[in-house]
Amino acid sequence: MDVLIYLIPIALLLGLLGLIGFLWSLKSGQYDDLEGAKWRILDDDDLPADQQSHKD
Amino acid sequence: MSAHARDWGAFVTPAGEGAVHMDLAVEGITCAACMGEIERGLSRLPGIHKARVNLTSQRLAVDWDQEATGADEIVATLSRMGYTAHPFDPASQKDRQDRTGKTLLRAMAVAGFAGMNIMLLSVSVWSGNATDITPETRDFFHWLSALIALPTVAYSGRPFFISAFKALHAGRLNMDVPIVIGVTLAVALSLVQTIQHQHHAYFESAVMLLFFLLVGRYLDHNMRGRTRSFAENIAALKAEVAARINDDGSVREVPLSKVRPGDLVLVMAGDRVPVDGVVEEGASEIDQSLVTGETVLHPVETGARVYAGTQNGDGTLKVRVNVASGATLLDEVNRLLETASQSKSLYVRIADRAAQLYAPLVHGAAALTFLGWLLAGLEWQPALIISISVLIITCPCALGLAVPAVQVVASGQLFRSNILLNSGDAIERLSDVDTIVFDKTGTLTTAEPVLVGRNHLSPELLSLAGRLALSSRHPLSMALVKASGALKPFETVSETPGAGVETTVDGKPLRLGSPVFCGVAETEIGSLLKGYPGSSLLAIRYGDDAPALLPLRQTLRPDAVMIMNSLRQEGYEIEILSGDREGAVRAAAEELGILHWKAEMKPAQKIAYLEALKAQGRKVLMVGDGLNDAPALAGAHVSLSPVTAVHLSQAAADAVFLGDRLQPVADALRISGRARRAIEQNLWISAIYNVIAVPIAVAGFVTPLMAAVAMSASSIVVTANALRLRLGDRSSTEPEA
Repeated sequence: MDVLIYLIPIALLLGLLGLIGFLWSLKSGQYDDLEGAKWRILDDDDLPADQQSHKD
Repeated sequence: MSAHARDWGAFVTPAGEGAVHMDLAVEGITCAACMGEIERGLSRLPGIHKARVNLTSQRLAVDWDQEATGADEIVATLSRMGYTAHPFDPASQKDRQDRTGKTLLRAMAVAGFAGMNIMLLSVSVWSGNATDITPETRDFFHWLSALIALPTVAYSGRPFFISAFKALHAGRLNMDVPIVIGVTLAVALSLVQTIQHQHHAYFESAVMLLFFLLVGRYLDHNMRGRTRSFAENIAALKAEVAARINDDGSVREVPLSKVRPGDLVLVMAGDRVPVDGVVEEGASEIDQSLVTGETVLHPVETGARVYAGTQNGDGTLKVRVNVASGATLLDEVNRLLETASQSKSLYVRIADRAAQLYAPLVHGAAALTFLGWLLAGLEWQPALIISISVLIITCPCALGLAVPAVQVVASGQLFRSNILLNSGDAIERLSDVDTIVFDKTGTLTTAEPVLVGRNHLSPELLSLAGRLALSSRHPLSMALVKASGALKPFETVSETPGAGVETTVDGKPLRLGSPVFCGVAETEIGSLLKGYPGSSLLAIRYGDDAPALLPLRQTLRPDAVMIMNSLRQEGYEIEILSGDREGAVRAAAEELGILHWKAEMKPAQKIAYLEALKAQGRKVLMVGDGLNDAPALAGAHVSLSPVTAVHLSQAAADAVFLGDRLQPVADALRISGRARRAIEQNLWISAIYNVIAVPIAVAGFVTPLMAAVAMSASSIVVTANALRLRLGDRSSTEPEA
């Protein structure tokens, strides 16, 4: 059962990381516009100009 | 919108580094393409730091450098792209950040992640108990669980602790009281069990219960936040601003919150009066239908009192914003409103009524269990443990979700039917209704006047009248323009304020305006008014021909007759209480087949009438829009108001409906009826669950595993039953108007 000494802290740490990740995403406003977010992934405008196919 | 320069300083807030921030409600963002177009279009302007569209709330947030680009340029750019935008008044946006929502979400996240970790340890203990776990490992796992659970309960449980404490402090009992007792006892018992090296601990049950309940509470909050933000957009797009005349004579458009008593406000012809006050200068006719329910225009001049929400006719007015004097209609309405809302707070929600039944029963059962085991010869400690396990297994998880789950689904459906809820318990109160009282003007009828009886007019004359009406900003002229479909105004038009407009066509004079202006005989006016009671009259005269009268009035909403019939069939009593004159009300009532109606009602009479209905034991739904309806809306069992209503009435109503139709009223009643049945089913489900669970717990057979399974299962059943509301309802909701 010695393996528990590693496994338990790892499990707790992973849980804590998940929580911190969630709180960070909440704080940086990623849940403010769920409707818009699903469309923004299709938008190419965030790419640097040279990678973007030329338009308008 | 009038043409004055807007005082942008009042709409922007500093955003750091010399930049400013502004939030705008944008009309017409319906798709992802619009989103990209707006953001790209704005970022081409100089000095724009950030322009971000929020598609959920249909809003735009802009951060920019005020030196480089003016705020009006941003709005102009948007309007060139085809989007109407209007800035939010920062003063009305205090809770823009939605702090409650974020707090709930954070509490939910903490409970969720902590629950997962505790469950990891608990499942190990449960499987270990069945096989070969050593007592040391079990204790270690229990202590670890306690370490996670105690801070989690302290943090995530706050919304419940606070609400339960408030209720107890006020001498009431709400749903949160048994929840708090259950959670606290579960944690305390588990801690004692851990100290005593027992096999069982209930940490995961306590945290899981909090997690489930927080999910319900967050969804509930979110749904209401969505309708609220939508309502704010509508308010902003209505451009509720006032043109304030500053001391130096300049006119600036400012948000209403910046207008102080004593300010002077300019009201252009055809505009809505934004404030309550006294006319300082100018003469005009005022459409008071939103205030008194009366459809006939009222002449006003210097010294006359005008109310916010009324519409100015053809004259320009300077209005001095008044300080409350205690004697005006508005003061009376406010006084009545206050007493009416006080009497309403006595309503006890279903969930709280259930809690009042549930808490004594379950806590009594736990006490009896304790006494019973003592009498049966058990030590006090094991007896206490068994009795606490009764409380944990009956943990009001399903009961706590029974009502909110249904409310979330139902308010989503109401939202799709163009109904925005103001208060959370409106759904259950709507389902009690047996009598519906309508206001007439603006509620049964549309808010805008329409030309009625055009058959004695030649089409040529109508189109001439329409073209001439294009040169006037009088509300009746605008209705005439709509009716005639005229597009081309005449070039030279002279206007006589308070009378009408005049031009020359083919060498013959053409006049449009009041009947007197066109020389119509009194007798003719009288006979026409008999045919069209309650209408306002315009007259037209071309050359030497006899003048023709144009009766205009608010017509019934397009589906009013149909909705009244179907409501009657469903067994609702329908009545009309109107502030308008008898003839107009009688005509509307007869057309709709409504037998009970009262005309020329003052606000105090309306509310007295509702009290009389209440005394007969009737549950009244009041539907109204005017300032004179506001106390009645607040005093009725439940109330609805159209989105065209005055501010005060919208705030007093339990829900607001959009569009030109009355269908939302019927939808609201239908959806809330179904929701009520689902709520009752859910309460029965949790009652049955308790009937099964309690004997097992009383007998002392409960394990933490059973508690966890029972809690999850009952929560899922209750939520699934709430979701059932959505089935088969898609087809019957009206497409958006």
